[in-house]
Amino acid sequence: MAVPLMTIQNLQTHFVTDKGRIPAVDGIDLHVRKGEIVGIVGESGCGKSVTSLSIMGLLPKPAGTIAGGHIYFKGEDLAVCKEKRMQALRGDEISMIFQEPMTSLNPLMTIGEQISETLRVHRRKSRKEAWRDSIAMLQKVGISRAEGIVREYPHQLSGGMRQRVMIAIALCCEPELLIADEPTTALDVTIQAQILDLMKKLNEETGTAILMITHDLGVVAEMCHRVVVMYAGKIVEEGSVKDIFHKPRHPYTRGLIRSIPRMDSDGGRLYSIPGNVPLPGTITEGCRFAPRCEHAFDRCMRELPELLEQETGHRCRCWLQT
Amino acid sequence: MAETAAKVQPVMQPPAFTNPWSEGWRSFRSNKMAMAGLFIILFFIGAAIAAPLITTFDYKEQDLMGRLQAPGGTHWFGTDDLGRDIFTRIMYGARISLWVGFSSVMGSILIGTLLGIAAGYYGRWADMLISRGFDILLAFPGILLAIAIVAALGPSLQNALLAIAVVNVPVFGRLVRAKVLSLKNEEYITAARALGMKNGRIILHHILPNCLGPVIVQGTLGVATAIIEAAALGFLGLGAQPPEPEWGKMLSDSRQFIATAPWTVIFPGLSIMLTVLGFNLMGDGLRDVLDPKLKN
Repeated sequence: MAVPLMTIQNLQTHFVTDKGRIPAVDGIDLHVRKGEIVGIVGESGCGKSVTSLSIMGLLPKPAGTIAGGHIYFKGEDLAVCKEKRMQALRGDEISMIFQEPMTSLNPLMTIGEQISETLRVHRRKSRKEAWRDSIAMLQKVGISRAEGIVREYPHQLSGGMRQRVMIAIALCCEPELLIADEPTTALDVTIQAQILDLMKKLNEETGTAILMITHDLGVVAEMCHRVVVMYAGKIVEEGSVKDIFHKPRHPYTRGLIRSIPRMDSDGGRLYSIPGNVPLPGTITEGCRFAPRCEHAFDRCMRELPELLEQETGHRCRCWLQT
Repeated sequence: MAETAAKVQPVMQPPAFTNPWSEGWRSFRSNKMAMAGLFIILFFIGAAIAAPLITTFDYKEQDLMGRLQAPGGTHWFGTDDLGRDIFTRIMYGARISLWVGFSSVMGSILIGTLLGIAAGYYGRWADMLISRGFDILLAFPGILLAIAIVAALGPSLQNALLAIAVVNVPVFGRLVRAKVLSLKNEEYITAARALGMKNGRIILHHILPNCLGPVIVQGTLGVATAIIEAAALGFLGLGAQPPEPEWGKMLSDSRQFIATAPWTVIFPGLSIMLTVLGFNLMGDGLRDVLDPKLKN
């Protein structure tokens, strides 16, 4: 197998707070291959977004630090990368789109200026060239009135349009990896589907790998090739979309899948996993999901299970599976 | 395929796009008080510029035979205790007051914004140092600090201007710092960083333009304050020196004639009041436009 585009090894990201160090991401391993769409799923507060910020080197300073591990991107370790080098990589080879399209664009710059700026920073294009490419990029993300839109300001566009613009900006330098942090959460359902289709199409056309961070399993099912399920800063299960949806092994994954509303359900109460994600820093020993797990037994409370390969490419962290 | 589709598209009229500034102007225009303020300011600017064209008198030309003449046909606003035409002095005085107001505020904005951005954006020790500096400056009553600075440097218009600029630096510095702190958490700043922008570019293109609104508002109001402070320093004899027709100085020179020749006091006083009113009205109007959250 070819060397993955990005490999994360034992990444630990800690936040230093008044109450001491809090491990938000606690030793995760992950890889993304060229052209692949990988989803990271989990409830709020399980470390998904922190993982993406760690990759981008955008952790809030000085509280957030990468305490250990490596993030290899094309052979380069981003965890120890100099800020200057990161600036060159960001927006060029690794891009990111955010959850809130309404606030992710500078309100005082026209759309064209904002796309051009990125092109000019990384591609050293002339103003004219960058402007022309901006229009082309907008057409590529399915904006029909591109010549007009380049001269408009963000407040004149709808949420869906803005997210398209964000995607255009993120992809204008043809990055190899796009990190999408809940890109559709703030959009309504019909627009959501359009944006996801667009991302999928662009992934197929340009071969840009996508790391999709979401809490929406529907998005995962539609988009991703592989899925990583995170819980309280650790990976609990990893596998292909098919494996995860058809043969989920970890009780947490099963719980997540059971909590999706179904068309063919009998109309009873929708299942929800009892309890909440433990607050970071309160975790002591044992399996992190054990307090909420209906199958938990003595050992789960005492010892943390390893993330073990069950079948090819399907890994799970649970005592039930050993 | 995509190319042909693009070609076939009919040539569309560009939409009537509006930029934030022209939109702001439209809403400013509909604010009557703000427009009144703008007209007062323009009136005084006009008077300052056109002073030599409007009046034939010289502001320092004395006429000891015609001292303290009441307003009339030749001397519209009367003459002062040295027989100088008050109308002429008021108009030339507008030059001084507006110059002091604008340039001292420009100075304060320049330095205050620079320090405010440094403190807000870089934080840590830079913030610590700069913010404590502001606190120290703000611990003194403004006019007292200005008096101290002028006293140290020697009384002159230049030094008064400098003193006023220094006194107002923390006003803008704190304003910008607070704005930068809130902007830093805006997603588009994170997005700009995620696109690989360098700090310098982020500050210049993304932070600074978004700070401008409150700075313009505060700047306009600051001109009013600066004019009053300049007048106060002039009144105390620490600002403009004779024979400069500075309004505050005119007030203090004439205050002994307030009972016998009230016009010597009324007109300079009125001028100070009107310009300050003009800048305050305009500042409030700008605030409504640029800082809509503070409306009502």
